[in-house]
Amino acid sequence: MNAASAMPAGDLNRGNPSTGRAVRIAVRNLNFYYGAFHGLKNVDIDFYDRQVTALIGPSGCGKSTLLRTFNRIYSLYPEQRAEGEILLDGKNVLDPNLDLNELRSRIGMVFQKPTPFPMSIYDNVAFGLRLYEKLPKSELDGRVEESLRKSALWDEVKDKLKQPGTGLSGGQQQRLCIARTVAQKPEVILFDEPTSALDPISTGRIEELMEQLRDEFTIVIVTHNMQQAARISQYTAFMYLGELVEFGQTDRIFMNPTERRTQDYITGRFG
Amino acid sequence: MDAANTLATLQTRESRVRPGRRIADRLLKVSCLMATVVGAIVLGSILLMLIIQGVRGFSPNLFTQPTPGPGSEGGGIANAILGSLILTTIGIVVATPIGVMAGTYLAEYGRHSKLADVIRFLNDILLSAPSILIGLFVYTLMVRPMGTYSGWAGGVALAIIAVPVIVRTTEDMLRLVPGTLREAGAALGAPPSIVITSVTWRAASAGIVTGIILALARIAGETAPLLFTALNNNSWFSSDLMGGVANLPVMIYQFALSPYPNWQGLAWAGALLITGTILALSIVARLVIKPQRAR
Repeated sequence: MNAASAMPAGDLNRGNPSTGRAVRIAVRNLNFYYGAFHGLKNVDIDFYDRQVTALIGPSGCGKSTLLRTFNRIYSLYPEQRAEGEILLDGKNVLDPNLDLNELRSRIGMVFQKPTPFPMSIYDNVAFGLRLYEKLPKSELDGRVEESLRKSALWDEVKDKLKQPGTGLSGGQQQRLCIARTVAQKPEVILFDEPTSALDPISTGRIEELMEQLRDEFTIVIVTHNMQQAARISQYTAFMYLGELVEFGQTDRIFMNPTERRTQDYITGRFG
Repeated sequence: MDAANTLATLQTRESRVRPGRRIADRLLKVSCLMATVVGAIVLGSILLMLIIQGVRGFSPNLFTQPTPGPGSEGGGIANAILGSLILTTIGIVVATPIGVMAGTYLAEYGRHSKLADVIRFLNDILLSAPSILIGLFVYTLMVRPMGTYSGWAGGVALAIIAVPVIVRTTEDMLRLVPGTLREAGAALGAPPSIVITSVTWRAASAGIVTGIILALARIAGETAPLLFTALNNNSWFSSDLMGGVANLPVMIYQFALSPYPNWQGLAWAGALLITGTILALSIVARLVIKPQRAR
């Protein structure tokens, strides 16, 4: 292991006591392969409870790959595999005997392009609830409303819950997808470049929303936009060529990076 | 070099290249146009002939009376219309579940498997197999052992023709559904069965329905497979699918080749009816897929 990947561990020890945050996800010696391509190399990183952690780095650096290991969504594709440990509340997510669907109801995910299902707004939000909870109609209604309120979408859609979710604007669709995820009451929500397909106003609303969601959920967000990472996250991890280069509190990473590559990237010298 | 100079150089270079290119461009344009015109003329004259001759034989009797005996006047093709409706219904009812399920396997479960590649290849062969072979196949499989031409055999033959069409369109339409939609379903903890039935099928529903309608249009006009299976029945429909069943394509085939002008007229009218039905089905198919394209 080289000096760069050893960095985060020391940084964690410094960061942890100052915030007193519990670790929600602990990644240990994670390697990831796309067939023969080595996509993640010995990644060690901790994600703190009810904090926003941003993953930044140039295209192809492995930040989305890392995100996609937490709910094992990569396992839809047989040529992809992960080795190492990802501990969610102490249990290894990569354990082959783990109930994948249960895991995914605990770790929600929002994608780059809004992915409303071809059904009504109401059914979109209720989709995840109907999978594992047999709720009476009134309670289901309540959960749908609660989730739409938490996603700052309720006022815009309360009169048209029966209309198709695909009829909403891009920004509304993305908030619908967030509502759908929030409805399942997950512990962690993963955002994979959630605003890169949206206009600046919709982006602003999603960013505000994440600020509120942080009260309840642990959030990990992949973003290409460094201003966004600086605005919304408490922790930032900089990745490069499949390695975790530097991790720490967002202020420190942006003001006072210890790694040369981090500094070059955030000052726009490459990437 | 100043801007005016550059422009001048570009212009001379362009004028040097232009003549040859222009001729080539014209030539291609004209040959494409001519090919289109030839095709349109052939198609147009078939339709014109069909309409002129078909309309002459059209009368309300077509829909109320069964086919007349040889050499006799009057009569209609009601038994053939009803028979065709029944045979295509059997065909599509049998073919739809098989075709949709198999297409779903190819697009959803078998994406990374060798077996799926083999099935897809065989399906493409079946798609272009001569329909007379399918008629003979069902003849051997059902007509010979049962000792009689039958409506069931005709329906099965039509189903065999419809299945590969439905498999292909179902797979193609499911593949158009973005992978992120499947990921989004899986990310909520939905098992593949739920993602398929309530997300991808729904997203592709217009396309799948279109495929079924196109398969319907395809089998509505098939003659060869019915010659060996349902054959014909000149009496009023007997509701007995265990015997021969009258149907439009075979009726047209037999009546058109007959020496009787009355039969020939009925054949024209039947041909016009089938063509009109297939045209209508194709239009419906387009209307079904339109809202999806607009999205």
